[in-house]
Amino acid sequence: MSISFYILSALMLAGGLGAVMLRNAVHCALSLSVAFTGLALLFLQLDAQFAGLAQILVYVGAVAILVVFAILLTRTSEEIGESNVFSRTWLIGLILAAAVFAVLGWAVLRTAPMFPQPSAAPPVTVQEIGSALMGRYVLPLEIVALLLTAALIGAVIVATHEKEGAK
Amino acid sequence: MLGEGILKGLAETAKNFAGSFVSADRLTTVEYPEQRIAPIENTRDFPFLVYDGGDWEAGLRCVACQICEKECPPKCIYIEKSKDKKPDYVGKMQIYPVRFDIDISVCMSCQICVEVCPFEAIKMDTQFELSTTDRFGGLLLDRQQLAKPNEYYHTIHPTEATEVDARLAGEKAKAEAKARAAAAAPKPAAPAANPAEGAKAVAEAMPPIKTQQEGETGS
Amino acid sequence: MMQTLDRIFILLRDWLVHFLPSAWRAPAGTVLSVIAIIGLFPALFALTTVLERKGLGRMQNRLGPNRTGPLGILQPVADGIKALTKEDVVPFRADAIVHFLAPLLLVVVVFMGFAVLPMGRNMVLVDMDAGLLFFFAMGASTELSIFMAGWSSRNKYSLLGAMRAVAQMISYEIVLLLSSVAVVMTAGSLSLTKIVEAQNTYSFGLPHWYIFTPWGLLAFAMYAIAAMAETNRTPFDLPEGESELVAGYFTEYSGFKFALFFLGEYLGMFSISGLGTTLFLGGWSAPFSFLGWVPSWIWFFSKVMLSICVFIWLRGTLPRLRQDQLMNFAWKFVLPITLFNLLVTAIWRFLGPGWPRWFVCTALVVGIYVVMGETGMRRGKFGPRSYRYAE
Repeated sequence: MSISFYILSALMLAGGLGAVMLRNAVHCALSLSVAFTGLALLFLQLDAQFAGLAQILVYVGAVAILVVFAILLTRTSEEIGESNVFSRTWLIGLILAAAVFAVLGWAVLRTAPMFPQPSAAPPVTVQEIGSALMGRYVLPLEIVALLLTAALIGAVIVATHEKEGAK
Repeated sequence: MLGEGILKGLAETAKNFAGSFVSADRLTTVEYPEQRIAPIENTRDFPFLVYDGGDWEAGLRCVACQICEKECPPKCIYIEKSKDKKPDYVGKMQIYPVRFDIDISVCMSCQICVEVCPFEAIKMDTQFELSTTDRFGGLLLDRQQLAKPNEYYHTIHPTEATEVDARLAGEKAKAEAKARAAAAAPKPAAPAANPAEGAKAVAEAMPPIKTQQEGETGS
Repeated sequence: MMQTLDRIFILLRDWLVHFLPSAWRAPAGTVLSVIAIIGLFPALFALTTVLERKGLGRMQNRLGPNRTGPLGILQPVADGIKALTKEDVVPFRADAIVHFLAPLLLVVVVFMGFAVLPMGRNMVLVDMDAGLLFFFAMGASTELSIFMAGWSSRNKYSLLGAMRAVAQMISYEIVLLLSSVAVVMTAGSLSLTKIVEAQNTYSFGLPHWYIFTPWGLLAFAMYAIAAMAETNRTPFDLPEGESELVAGYFTEYSGFKFALFFLGEYLGMFSISGLGTTLFLGGWSAPFSFLGWVPSWIWFFSKVMLSICVFIWLRGTLPRLRQDQLMNFAWKFVLPITLFNLLVTAIWRFLGPGWPRWFVCTALVVGIYVVMGETGMRRGKFGPRSYRYAE
C-alpha cells in the first residue's frame, strides 16, 4: 500500500462524495469524472496500461460528456442549481447501500487468500488482451457488438418516433 | 471527382502566396502612412474658402451672403457679416465675412454649400488627416484656416478650377464691357427716361427675378 | 560529429544532471525534459501565430502584421502583453470555479499529450507501451474542458458553441482512432517509438513511411481531416467561428484565460501534427537514406512545421462548413472510408510483400474513394420541407 495509492483513493472518494452531495447537477457530473480519473490512475499504478487508458478514453472522454449532455438536455436552466441533496427516503437508501457493501465485502474477503502477490502478477500487454478477445472471447465480443448495434438502432428509432409523435 | 474543387482552391491560394512576393497585382496593400494613394479628382472631404491673389483677406471671394449657412444640413457653418465693404474681383464693393467657422466634426461632406454658392467662394478640400487631440476647438476651423489660394484649388481639382476661372473671367469681361458701355453713352438714357420709367414702374411692381447676372452684380 | 549533434539534447541533459547525487538523477532528468517541452512548444506557438497571420495575409493579397519588430516577429509579444493586461471579466451568474478550471484543464491535458511523442532518436519523454492510447485518452479529455468552458459561461451562445464543438470532436475522434488503428495493425505495436522505428527502413533510398503506401495515403488523408476537426480549425471551426455564434465557447473569456485557450488550441494542433508525423510521415526518420546524417530532431520538427503550414494553407483556402454538413461528412463519408481502409490494410498485410499487393490495394483505395464520393456525398432531393422543432 504505497503513498500514491492513498492519495489516489482520497481523490476518488472525494470525487465520489462530490458526485452525490453537490447541489449543482453539472458539478456532480464533473466530480464524477474526477472519480473516473482517479480510478484510471489506480489502474495505471497497477501496471494495467490498457485498462487505465481505456478508462480515461471511454469514461472521461465519452461517458462523462454523455452524462452532462443528458443533464443539460432534460432540465431547464432554473432547475439546475437547486437539487435536493438529501431525499426523503434516505433511510431505505442507507440500508440498501449497507447491504450491497456487505455482500461485496464478504465476496472479496472470502476470495482474498487466493489472490497472487502484487509483484508476481505478469504485466498484461495490449497484445495479450487483443489475442484473448479475438481468440478465446470472440463470441462474447460479437454478442456485445450486436447488443451495442441494437441499442444504437433502438435509440435512433425511439428518438425519431418521439418527434413524429410530437407532431 | 470529390476533392477537385479543394485542390483548385489550394492551387489558387498558393499562386496568391507566391505571387505576393514577386508581382504587384498580387499584393495590393498600400502601407499607409509611409505610402499614400493619390486621391482622384472628385475627392471631397471638408470645405475651404478660395481667395484670389496674394492677400487672403483682400482676395477672399466670399461675400457673406449666408446661403451656405442656411442650406447646410447639419448647420456646421457660422458666419458673421462685416459692417464695412471691400472691393471684389470685378471692383464692386461687397461686404465680407468677419467670422466664418466650419465645425468639421459636424460637417458631413455633402457638398451642398459648394453647389449653392453663387460666388464660387467655397469649394471642397481633399485633406482628411485633420485629427487632433484638442477636443474642444481643434475641429473648429476659422476663416484663416479655411482660406486657401486659387492656385491650391488648381492643384487639387484642376478641371473644375480652370472651368471656374474661365467663367469668372467671362463675367468680369462682361461687367467691364457693360461699365464701358454705360460710361460711353450716358446721354441717350435721359430723353428715353419717360417710357423707360413707365416700364420700370411696371417691372418694379412684379417680384424681382434673380438671374445669375443680377445676383453677381449685387442685389 | 553528426551523431553528437543528433544526441545533443540528451547529452546536455545528462551533463546538467550529473551535478546531482545519483539517486536524484533520473527524476531530475525527467523534470528537465518536461521544462524543455514546456518552454519549446509555447515558443513555437508564438512563431506559429506570426507565421499564420503573415501567411494568411499573403494568401489574401495583403501583408500580415509588419509593424511590431522586423517583419512582425514581435507580434506575439504584443499579443501577450495585451492578453495579460486586459481585465479578467467573469460574468456575474457564471460558475466561477468551472469557468476558471476550463482553460487550465485544456492546457494541462494538451501538454500531457506531448509526453509520448518521439521527437528524435531516443528523445521520448515517457516511452509507454500503449503510448498511442495515452495520446488519444488525453485528446478525449480536451472535449470535457471545452464543454466546461461553454457551460460555465451561462450564455446561450457559448453553450450552443460548446455542444456543437463536443459533437464535432466526438464524431471525428472515431475517425482519428480508426485511421491510427491501420498503422498499429501494420507496425504491430501501440508504442510510438516502435512505430517510428518500423518506418525507419529504406529500400532503393526511399523510406518506408506509411504515407507512401496506398492504405497509408488514404489513412493519412482521413487523419488530416479528423485532425482539423479535432482542433477546431477551418473548415471545421464553426464552434469558434468569429462571424457566427459571437465567439462560441470563448465568448465570456477575456485576457489571460482567452490566451490560454488560444495556446491550448495551437498546442493541440502541434501535438496532433506531431502524432500524424509519427504515424504516417516516419517521425524523426530522414526522407532519403543519404540524408541520414542530419540530426533526427530537425526532421521531426520540420515535418511538424510543414504540417502546420498545410493547416494554415487550408485555412486560407476553404470556407467554413455548416454544422450539419460537417456531421454528414464525418458519418457518411469519412467513417465508411476509414472502416474500409482497415480492410485494405489487412489485405495489404496478408498478401505479403511484392507487387500484387500494391496493385490490389491501390485499386481498392481509388475505388472506394470514387464510390464514396459519388454516393456518400450526394445531396438529398429537395422535397416538401419538413420541420422539426426543438422540444
